[in-house]
Amino acid sequence: MANLSEDKSHELGMHTEQLKGRSQQVFFSAAAHENFSQPFAYDVDINKHAEIDAENLATGEINDQLRELMKSGHGSIKILNPGAKHSIAVGILNRLNLVLEGSLGYFGLGLLDGPNVRVTGRVGWSCAENMMSGTVVIEKNAGSTFGAAIRGGDLICRGSVGARTGIDQKGGTILVGGDTGAFSGFMMQRGRLVVLGDAGSNLGDSMYDGTIYVAGKIKSLGVDAVEEPMGELDVAWLQRKLDLYGLTAPNGLANMTKIVSGKQLWNYDNLEPSEKKLVL
Amino acid sequence: MCGIAGVIHRGDVAGIGSEMTSMLQAMKHRGPDSTGFALYSAPRTEQSFVMRFKVAEGAEARSGFAIHEQMVARKQEVDKRLAELEVELTSVGEATEYAFRYEFSFAGDLRRLASYVEDIEGVEVLSIGHALELVKDLGDATVVSDQYQLHGFSGTHAIGHTRMATESDVDIRSAHPYWAYPFSDVSVVHNGQLTNYWSMRRDLERRGHRFMSDCDSELIAVYIADAIDRGENLESAMRRSIEELDGVFTYLLATSDQLGMAKDVMAAKPMVLYEADDIVVLASEEVAIRSIFGREIDTFDPYEGEVRVWQT
Repeated sequence: MANLSEDKSHELGMHTEQLKGRSQQVFFSAAAHENFSQPFAYDVDINKHAEIDAENLATGEINDQLRELMKSGHGSIKILNPGAKHSIAVGILNRLNLVLEGSLGYFGLGLLDGPNVRVTGRVGWSCAENMMSGTVVIEKNAGSTFGAAIRGGDLICRGSVGARTGIDQKGGTILVGGDTGAFSGFMMQRGRLVVLGDAGSNLGDSMYDGTIYVAGKIKSLGVDAVEEPMGELDVAWLQRKLDLYGLTAPNGLANMTKIVSGKQLWNYDNLEPSEKKLVL
Repeated sequence: MCGIAGVIHRGDVAGIGSEMTSMLQAMKHRGPDSTGFALYSAPRTEQSFVMRFKVAEGAEARSGFAIHEQMVARKQEVDKRLAELEVELTSVGEATEYAFRYEFSFAGDLRRLASYVEDIEGVEVLSIGHALELVKDLGDATVVSDQYQLHGFSGTHAIGHTRMATESDVDIRSAHPYWAYPFSDVSVVHNGQLTNYWSMRRDLERRGHRFMSDCDSELIAVYIADAIDRGENLESAMRRSIEELDGVFTYLLATSDQLGMAKDVMAAKPMVLYEADDIVVLASEEVAIRSIFGREIDTFDPYEGEVRVWQT
């Protein structure tokens, strides 16, 4: 590998983009290590505190510092002035109390498995994508594709979120204190999406499984999304979940609308629950 | 992918040249091929205009020997034709060897003026307006802003664009913003793709509108120009565009005293918005908005199919 030159990588087609003009032309370099390191879960002490001032740091530098602090056992970290930069605090695979004082740009908090995160500002598109476990609480608004493809954990936005919230959700819980945009719950496969405000058009479009609860108005339902009566178990679950985060349904939990999949897929519906898990 | 941005100061003027430079530079990663600015100063009197035009592409000007003489000849022909139309020049500025800024008084037909000037081979009118000045060139925001000395530009509102070329060339002609020829002071920037571009273009061409590029974004400018031509107001035309333009898009549109935004029904292209009593700022990414504020701000995403228009 050491002799693999950039010319060779170009010949092999291992480039990211090759567009006309002044567009990006970045080629794989055998000497570059940063994108080829093994993800790691660190053993941290929650009582060990640290801060990072991100004002003059690039995304890579912020994430490097965060990783170094976790590596040295810090379990409670505060990031100041994140400045809506993209892809901050991603790939955290251990327990961690993380507070971000400010707002995040796109793809923040992706690929989390374990940490408890609080963002005091707003987050851009695709926050907490692919989260496996842990909690993420956003105090203000969030952009589109909030919680795309999450598999576990609790993802909370106290404000309103954009379109396609919980797209491809495979587990976990998404709680939205305000409104959501169009196509929320699109292709949902498992888990729960709770909207305490209004939901945009095509809610739950093409959902396979999972449950959506809406406290406000629904602009329209998507293909194969159907309403089902609220049951005692739904109310009890919502009560416990909302209490955890100090949220309330404006018109009472029993008056929320429950949306499930009406899809009749022979190959899917004839599977045993354990087999469904494998398919999903 | 491209990045778009807009700012409007309500009831005041500010350093919009610097603001847009800062915002667009913060989104350089969304498109480094070219950068464009549509800057609006306080409107001039009814017969006073600013015209921005070019006599060659930047790349063309840097190749060959004959082009330099051709550019001089083309500019002389522009001057001659303006004199023929009894245009009274009040200021002549040369931003580059190929791009010029003229201020003038004119009482005649603006469409005829623009067409007559553009009839010269290699010449393109970028904008004509009482308030609008449209500047676009290859390179990032800082490069273009330095080249055209935009840092000191003061005005009420602006829109801008950083371009990643996808469906048309890397040249000034295909760079944004687009002026809604021949209507003074109307400009457009767009992020997305229009999938019914050719059918709509043919309709508009049949109605007498001209296209200078094959860029789908130009269609929006011409579409709005056509609506204004038929007496429709800006907000109504933008709302209709949501139904009639097919594809995924977010676009910003400005007139001499308004700034508008429209987002397609799929909400597939990003837009972040900050709104206060004295200022509204929009951009494809929040990091651009934050580049002009030294304080914490609350922002949000407009929803699908949303159209908003703000007044200066």
